[in-house]
Amino acid sequence: MLAFLGRRCLIAIPTIILISIFVFGMQKLLPGDPVLAMAGEERDPEVIAYLREKYRLNDPIVVQYLHWIGNALRGDLGISLRTNQPVTELIGEKLPVTLQLAVMALIIAMVIGIPAGVLSAYRKGTWVDWVANTIALSGLSVPNFWLGIMMILLVSVKLGWLPASGYQPLSEDPLQSIKTMLMPAFVLGTAIAATLMRHTRSAMLGVLKSDYVRTARAKGLAEGVVLVKHALRNALVPIVTVTTLLFGELLAGAVLTEQIFTIPGFGKLVVDAVFNRDYAVVQGIVLCTGIAFIAMNILADAAYRVLNPRMTDL
Amino acid sequence: MSTIADPQTQITDPAPARRGSRFWTKFRANRAALLGGVLVTFFVAVALLAPVLPLVDPTATDWLAVRKPPSPAHPFGTDEIGRDVLSRMGWGAQASLLAGVVSVAIAVLLGVPLGMLAGYLRGWTDAIISRMTEALLAAPFLILAIALAAFLGPSLSNAMIAIGLSAMPIFIRLARAQTLSVMTEDYVESARAIGLRDGALIWRYILPNIIPPILVQSTLTIATAIIAEASLSFLGLGQQPPAPSWGSMLNIAKNFLEQAPWMALYPGIAIFLVVLGFNLLGDGLRDALDPRDH
Repeated sequence: MLAFLGRRCLIAIPTIILISIFVFGMQKLLPGDPVLAMAGEERDPEVIAYLREKYRLNDPIVVQYLHWIGNALRGDLGISLRTNQPVTELIGEKLPVTLQLAVMALIIAMVIGIPAGVLSAYRKGTWVDWVANTIALSGLSVPNFWLGIMMILLVSVKLGWLPASGYQPLSEDPLQSIKTMLMPAFVLGTAIAATLMRHTRSAMLGVLKSDYVRTARAKGLAEGVVLVKHALRNALVPIVTVTTLLFGELLAGAVLTEQIFTIPGFGKLVVDAVFNRDYAVVQGIVLCTGIAFIAMNILADAAYRVLNPRMTDL
Repeated sequence: MSTIADPQTQITDPAPARRGSRFWTKFRANRAALLGGVLVTFFVAVALLAPVLPLVDPTATDWLAVRKPPSPAHPFGTDEIGRDVLSRMGWGAQASLLAGVVSVAIAVLLGVPLGMLAGYLRGWTDAIISRMTEALLAAPFLILAIALAAFLGPSLSNAMIAIGLSAMPIFIRLARAQTLSVMTEDYVESARAIGLRDGALIWRYILPNIIPPILVQSTLTIATAIIAEASLSFLGLGQQPPAPSWGSMLNIAKNFLEQAPWMALYPGIAIFLVVLGFNLLGDGLRDALDPRDH
């Protein structure tokens, strides 16, 4: 397994280098001079010259890239123009908030999506299957920011059950923290639940036709045991892989969800950075999510091998 | 060259009419796909006919009718400065559908040739294109679109470019995989054996055979692109006010949830229905074009 992980990490290096070139080039290739924006309205030539020297903008572009990537490898992604804080520090501050949201959303998605997928496959062609599929397709078609708005309207404004916005750190008041995060996590989890339901259904349909399920039934095992112990256990391989790969969708969904529920996480950081033209933060976030996504891909492959020991040729 | 190649086409593709009729029979039998088709047709018709429909000016304000609930005069109510919500939704359909179609066109026009090139030439070309695709796929779709839209500047056309570029890697991957699969077919080998040039081979034999899956993916990606445009407009990175767009309407509506819930209700339903339509249509096309499922 260690050799496999090492090999996969080596293969990922060229991709990470390409992501870094892309992230670096995003700012360089586009019109507009960031120094002019930094120099303020007076645009004093001396200040401009100083800033150019400070940010090494007079160097050739390859040297600039090597300098930037060298700093990034040491954990220095630059300074936020807006808050004057190091980008790595900002990301480190906001990431736990988004991770809490993402983990809660994933739990909700799994609690809804996996049983619905199992039931839908087990009752294929019946009204149960039809209802589950319709709900899943609706979940995929509904914009989650609109669902968030409607949930606030219903659950917070009309019924007054849950707070409409805000954030309480988990370490300070766990119960209140979960309560404030419940509605955003549900909104974020629905789209993921729909995808998970579709994949679970598809995996279960394949497994339910297999010989070992037929054998388990022939042995006279209870249907629940056949479904959970024999069928679902084997169908879990693709489900786990898909779940790991849904990480990217969770992060992207968090951008809008955090905006609606005013949660001070990673997503809100992106949007604020975008509106303040805080390019270092935007670049840092795209680079970090890219690397995290590659790490999740490697984890998905590793999980695949653990769950299915027959896969040795990866 | 063409006189030699023509019989080959007839041998490998013996009954396009029959295949077409089988597609229509399967497609028509799928009620969900038909519903998708009806929804898409309805919204396309609204978008195209918005200038001739009896809708008031979507930017006209009426300070005497601020945040009025639905009534015969304003069937979907009015917004925070007295603009007619129904009219803004009719015109907003143009922005949404245009963004969906144009961004997918950008993704297809850039992605499919690159994917075909990678699959056809293999070797270094394939390695470079594939690594680039992996790098682009590593950034989540919406985060990439937001970053690109931020660097390009907020506008509907820039949002379409950003969404198109973000969706491109899916088409590179699909076109590459399909090209690799088609390349193993006997008719491609035969066409090569008779000395057909690379360009002609790609144009006449590979491209027509990879179109069905590209078409299915395009339909499904339009749905994703419409949501992405609405998301960017919701964040203020897409269509700029006062021009109407469903996403920007929702962005304003979220500030008036208690006073005017209709401002948020109808644009959201419209996005949901049009995206559902494209998803149903895409699923239907995939089922009807799948040769394994008779």
